Amino acid sequence: MKISREDVLRVAELAYLDLSEAELETYCAQIDEILEYIGKLNELDTSKVEPMAQVLADDQSADATLREDLTVPCAVGEDVLRHAPDPEPPYFRVPKVIER
Amino acid sequence: MTAKWTIDGIKEALAAKKISARELLADFYKRIEARNPELNAFLALTPERAGRQADRVDALIASGGPLPPLAGVPVAVKDVLSTRGTKTTCGSKILENYIPPYDATAVERLEAAGAVILGKTNCDEFAMGSSNENSAYGPVRNPNAPDRVPGGSSGGSAAVVAAGLAVASLGTDTGGSIRQPGSFCGIPAMMGSYGRVSRYGLIAFASSLDRIGPLATKVRDVAAILQTISGRDPNDSTSTTAPVPDYVAELAKPLKRPRLGIPKEYFAEGMDSGVRQKIEAGVALFRKLGCELVEIRMPHTDYAIAAYYIIATAEASSNLARYDGVRYGLRIPDDSLLAMYRKTRGAGFGPEVKRRIVLGTYVLSAGYYDAYYLKGQKVRALIARDFRAAFTKVDAILTPTSPVPPFHLGERTSDPLQMYLADIYTVTGSLAGVPGISVPCGKIDGQLPVGLQIFGPPFGEARVLQLAHSFEQAGGPDV
Repeated sequence: MKISREDVLRVAELAYLDLSEAELETYCAQIDEILEYIGKLNELDTSKVEPMAQVLADDQSADATLREDLTVPCAVGEDVLRHAPDPEPPYFRVPKVIER
Repeated sequence: MTAKWTIDGIKEALAAKKISARELLADFYKRIEARNPELNAFLALTPERAGRQADRVDALIASGGPLPPLAGVPVAVKDVLSTRGTKTTCGSKILENYIPPYDATAVERLEAAGAVILGKTNCDEFAMGSSNENSAYGPVRNPNAPDRVPGGSSGGSAAVVAAGLAVASLGTDTGGSIRQPGSFCGIPAMMGSYGRVSRYGLIAFASSLDRIGPLATKVRDVAAILQTISGRDPNDSTSTTAPVPDYVAELAKPLKRPRLGIPKEYFAEGMDSGVRQKIEAGVALFRKLGCELVEIRMPHTDYAIAAYYIIATAEASSNLARYDGVRYGLRIPDDSLLAMYRKTRGAGFGPEVKRRIVLGTYVLSAGYYDAYYLKGQKVRALIARDFRAAFTKVDAILTPTSPVPPFHLGERTSDPLQMYLADIYTVTGSLAGVPGISVPCGKIDGQLPVGLQIFGPPFGEARVLQLAHSFEQAGGPDV
């Protein structure tokens, strides 16, 4: 077993994700099988390999693509709030969090 | 009417006043009305927006003004791309009522070039899937064989083009989600190099992998759409300043005896015999076209699925953290903020998305980061190295797009790992960032389409398109 029911519960808590009992059981078995498969990566010696986080080459570095940090007007605020689940312009309303 | 329009065909018909943009649009909506209930390929139609655009095109024609390159061309857009004022659901219940306040750059560029946006196409939830069966709004059916899947995740975008309900469409590709449905539906479908097309307004799945690209009935139209949407966009810092060639003009240039690599690892066991037969016939056709075929090795191919599903799920778990019921989409109310997050996400996401969030959170969590996430990134470097080495020897690489032909609805849904393994030929190019196209390469028993994939070096789109175009002109789709 690569992953236990407790692991899945812990991870679901980290991800703020409610899972039913049935989901827990199914995901535990399926993810265990996937992790078992992923284990094949250990056949490769990568001790001398640099991790690759993205594919952009040096000539596409941030210097070449980042714009200047200028303020530009953006007038979508009303639109955004109109479709929010519980808007109180100019705010989004959420349950009280003070007690925590 | 079942005639298949092309971009050039529309240009001529409009210029000769054989049809107006309005009439053409009405004809396409008639086709959609007749066929979409069965295919379930469009999730939403945008008749008002389309009508206004068609009127603009007709006014231009009436005034005798020059027409933009895609004037009047009816196109469809995958529902992960933001469209101002039109619901953009990502095939998810959590965004069932989400209306974006802005257009994706790719959508904006299509419209600026005269294209008419017909509507939004069905897809796997948040583009996670290979069959379109993970959509919260029901599966799409394959127009070639309605009891089979259209591929995924851009299944709707592929199906509408194959069924003649749109001239072209936009899809997105993270591990094969443009190319594989193109293959399953029997149409050319392409992802450009990572950075080629701006992703501003694309609702993110895995940011180091996601790309936007075109699907159409002819390679020429794929080239025209790619040309329109490519190029630097200040709103996406990962879009590159590399110049955009005239891909359509490049098609006409003759092939100069290109060297094409056939990677041994892509022709090992696990390929359906019908697919193998068609791909071998396709490769033989390239030889007949004067290409030199070279056997090459890409030794890390077999590790690509494992590396891909670590990296893609890790990035997804991070990107999808934004769906918390606060700013947009679904909210399941609760007195506690954290319980509201948990309930909203638990109720709003479908099974595959939850599975990937759990897996992705796990591979990033304390104690597992090095063993999984970092390991995945290192293997990604090895796969990219395979491609770099190959392109020192050959001009392009030929492979099958999918090891299997379109399968039956429901056939593979119970076993996620088996579904993932079918992405073997497409995820490699995704990890390496290279451009790739799937081009039709015959149909098994005259019914089930097979796609041949061509990979090029980074920013070698023109060469990839040229090869695909030559193959198509030489009868590749009927091998």
